[in-house]
Amino acid sequence: MTVMQHIWIVLGVLFVLLNIAAGLIWVERRLLAMWQDRLGPNRAGPLGIFIVLADTLKLFFKEDWIPPFADKWVFILAPAIVVGSVLMSFVIIPFAPGIVVADLNIGLLFFLAMSSLGVYSIVLGGWASNNKYALLGALRGASQMIAYEVFMGLSVMGVVMLSRSFNLIDIVAAQENVWFVVTQPVGFVIFFIAGIAETHRLPFDIPEAESELIAGFHAEYSGMKFGMFFIGEYMGITLISAMTVTMFFGGWLGPAFLPPVLWFFLKTFFFIGLFILLRASLPRPRYDQLIEYGWKILLPLVLVNLLVTGAIALWLKS
Amino acid sequence: MLSHLRTMWLVFLHLFHKRETIQYPEEKIQLHPRWRGRIVLTKDPDGGERCVGCYLCAAACPVDCIALQATEDEDGRRYPEFFRINFSRCIFCGYCEEACPTYAIQLIPDFEMAEYKRQDLVFEKEDLLIDSQGKYPGYNFYKVAGLDAGVKEKGKGDNEEEPVDIKSLLP
Repeated sequence: MTVMQHIWIVLGVLFVLLNIAAGLIWVERRLLAMWQDRLGPNRAGPLGIFIVLADTLKLFFKEDWIPPFADKWVFILAPAIVVGSVLMSFVIIPFAPGIVVADLNIGLLFFLAMSSLGVYSIVLGGWASNNKYALLGALRGASQMIAYEVFMGLSVMGVVMLSRSFNLIDIVAAQENVWFVVTQPVGFVIFFIAGIAETHRLPFDIPEAESELIAGFHAEYSGMKFGMFFIGEYMGITLISAMTVTMFFGGWLGPAFLPPVLWFFLKTFFFIGLFILLRASLPRPRYDQLIEYGWKILLPLVLVNLLVTGAIALWLKS
Repeated sequence: MLSHLRTMWLVFLHLFHKRETIQYPEEKIQLHPRWRGRIVLTKDPDGGERCVGCYLCAAACPVDCIALQATEDEDGRRYPEFFRINFSRCIFCGYCEEACPTYAIQLIPDFEMAEYKRQDLVFEKEDLLIDSQGKYPGYNFYKVAGLDAGVKEKGKGDNEEEPVDIKSLLP
């Protein structure tokens, strides 16, 4: 692959991702409306698609206020971290054969590392805001991330055992015959739950919890700094959906009548829709329930899953 | 867990339900005849103003948005010299309509009265008066009142007896 080709892939992935993240504003609002028997934004442009433009323009024209009591530089840095870390995670995702930014042999570990970095934006943003609600949100965010980070990593280890590789291209290739969702159903469910907690989306939006903490860690943010958190959240959804597809649903694999990239995007959009459906249907659990659920139920479950997978893999080998 | 999945499925099915949204400017809601909206002053069947300037509406108004000044013409018929309703204060409670003894003030099914300037929400008498009898067609206060105000002579009204001749000794 020449250097020029590589640059084109990087730019293409960046372009598509940022557009998807922005477009999700419209997708989410339309889908939520549909599931609540409403119509949603349908005025600006065909089917209301220009709401994306209007929303972005609105965010740009809002006053970009830094509270005088805030820790200025950390306050500015926090929203950049969330977008940066999510964008970095996309580096290792193979969209189709040949379309991957970095073919790392430790791709999965890199993804876990980058998604853990995302918690810094919440903690730093909440701390720098110097606001009690923001700090409470940051505290919750940190404990939730630590709890769910643990078995997010553990839940994909079954996949790693079966495919014998951390490289995502190898993992997709190992699903040529049967998707890992069939052989690792428990791993998939737990990974998805952990993914929802990781992106702190509803029903696990404990750090934001607008009914309890106003807006939680980003209560003090306005203008495009808030927009960065917003975009970061949507890219997080896309990332978790893309990772779920890559690891459990065969990535770009699919019948040959559609190109591989299209298969990948179709599957990803299915999971994005599932994220939005979760938001539309489930209420937020209490903070202690969430943590308890994580440590007492999901962690033992994922360890048992790992044990059984290992045993079966050894049995099949011998 | 199962109940969560069931919830999600039921919410998903809402995709195929009927929309509740009414696309307002193109599609309008059905307002019923007794809907309390914009306030009007009606006229009697002969085209005269029904309002007799009794101030009951202004007294009943909980937000004091009605102002008027009563006066009389040469026949002794009372009418308001000015009649002003400040719709930026009005809460559309309908008490003025209930208080009105002559069915003059009425609330009609219309809410589309947005203005660019607040001052434009103060309606004067010429804005309020409509050329209609509103909800009570055929009613004319001065036809049933005992008073001669140029509409009918004394004792000539509907359901009205001739005045007693106090000079006569006959029963």
